[in-house]
Amino acid sequence: MISVKNISKKYGNHYALNDISFEAEAGEVLGFLGPNGAGKSTTMNIITGYIGCSEGDAFIDGVSVTKEPLKAKSKIGYLPEQPPLYPDMTVSEYLEFVFALKRVKGSRAQILSEIMRKVRITDMFHRLIKNLSKGYKQRVGLAAAMVGDPSVLILDEPTAGLDPRQIVEIRSLIKNLGRDKTVIFSTHILSEVQSACDRIIIINEGKIVAADTAAGLEERAAQTINIAALGDFEKAESILKDLPEASAAEVTERGEVNRFSITATAGVDLDIQLPSAIFNAFSEAGVTLVSMSPSRQSLEEIFMDLTTKGTVTETITKAATEEIKDDGNL
Amino acid sequence: MTAIYKRELGAYFASPLGYAYFAVYFLFSGIFFFFFTLGSGTANLSNVFSGMAFVLMCILPLLTMRLFAEDKRQKTDQLLLTSPVTLTGIVAAKFLAAVTIFFISCLILLIYGLVLSVVATVNGFIIVGNFVGLLALGGIFIAVGIFISSLTENQMIAAILALLVNVLFFIGSLITSLVNVPVIADIMKSLSVLDRYSEFTLGIFKFGTILFFVSCAAVFLFLTVRVLDSRRGG
Repeated sequence: MISVKNISKKYGNHYALNDISFEAEAGEVLGFLGPNGAGKSTTMNIITGYIGCSEGDAFIDGVSVTKEPLKAKSKIGYLPEQPPLYPDMTVSEYLEFVFALKRVKGSRAQILSEIMRKVRITDMFHRLIKNLSKGYKQRVGLAAAMVGDPSVLILDEPTAGLDPRQIVEIRSLIKNLGRDKTVIFSTHILSEVQSACDRIIIINEGKIVAADTAAGLEERAAQTINIAALGDFEKAESILKDLPEASAAEVTERGEVNRFSITATAGVDLDIQLPSAIFNAFSEAGVTLVSMSPSRQSLEEIFMDLTTKGTVTETITKAATEEIKDDGNL
Repeated sequence: MTAIYKRELGAYFASPLGYAYFAVYFLFSGIFFFFFTLGSGTANLSNVFSGMAFVLMCILPLLTMRLFAEDKRQKTDQLLLTSPVTLTGIVAAKFLAAVTIFFISCLILLIYGLVLSVVATVNGFIIVGNFVGLLALGGIFIAVGIFISSLTENQMIAAILALLVNVLFFIGSLITSLVNVPVIADIMKSLSVLDRYSEFTLGIFKFGTILFFVSCAAVFLFLTVRVLDSRRGG
């Protein structure tokens, strides 16, 4: 298991990481999400002991990374953003080197062939690493991280640059590894965390802005109802403002048809309570309600909300979300 | 540590670098042996050794330039630094790998000595003294080269800077007599690598001299560990 306690990393006066704390149990896959430069790689580099931290400490199965680095490092398998491969070595030479470097005990041939089978690089055994495609390089890096059967695996964007089929393979491999190990992996692809992770941590500007399951995040996010009404704009607006079931009403269109996006007050459900309250209030005041539809935030929208500073206008959110969706679908 | 040592040794021959080093070494030692010894009809190898000291100053940076610069450029330092190996272990492994190649290349000079001893009477002390002196000098050049390689990710810059520092070592020793401030001249003299090297070439072994070379190399290796450690930040 991993336990990260109050880690901060300062470069001059700038905090790259500011008081990060989280835990991950064995048998758990933790997804690291955040925009570029948010501090995902920095956090991973600190946990693996590649760089030091200004404050705090990380513990791998209870072993401190700063106080007993060698013991902690022997429990971690790390795949950095750019796989640390020697291009002038063959795949087998490289894995044998990693095997010796990590001082792994046991039958080398057997352990390595088992790992190569798992990540499907057995055919590439005798190839020079510099001649491999990006996808294969990524897998060789993953294989190296798995050498020595570490109890913690830290993977920095393991699916970056892979084709869709390889992504599915690696993802299911990560899921399998996560059965008995602690796995942390970072990604830009939101559908990936949804499908492979037990828990999600969203980092922005060096701080954890959310840590929950995908379902939990969606539940917590603001839920709204979009309505359209005919007739007097001011009248409709004042009704919505006074409605106890609604905490906020945003005007999205004003004209012949007036459209609003209404946020429910905490504890008010979106299926019955809020719609019936709106309907009743409008019919009492004689405002014609022409449509009403609930809109739930997707993980993408939650991510955008959490990682964008200040208020975002509707159009910007939509455009950016679509961009992320494109990324996600590859 | 053994793993890194073996990998570095192998890496010299996975690229043309190791072969180029041996080629240049054997070319110059052959030329020097032919002209300075055979050509001038003596059984004295001293000039061959001092010629090689100069050549090594120029070509040892070729052996050391990639040691840390390459790791940093291709990010393999992330593998080394996150593996259960100490920084001292990493530096020592790389140093020993370069020293091994260097040592093997120097054996050719002993072979020249053997060849000579068949046809003439050879002063064994002088040859062994020269040999040990050359190894000690080379050890410092390699330590300097490793230190400089840890400062940059550009191998060319690492090689050129290392050459520059090596040249300064030589020049510093040569211009001691030109300095007329006694204190500075004394300091320069006591740090002079060449003065001590020439003791070896005369077949004189002193514990202090050997200690001087060992500690010079150790200082640069220690600085390398400090550079790697400070880059981790804290």
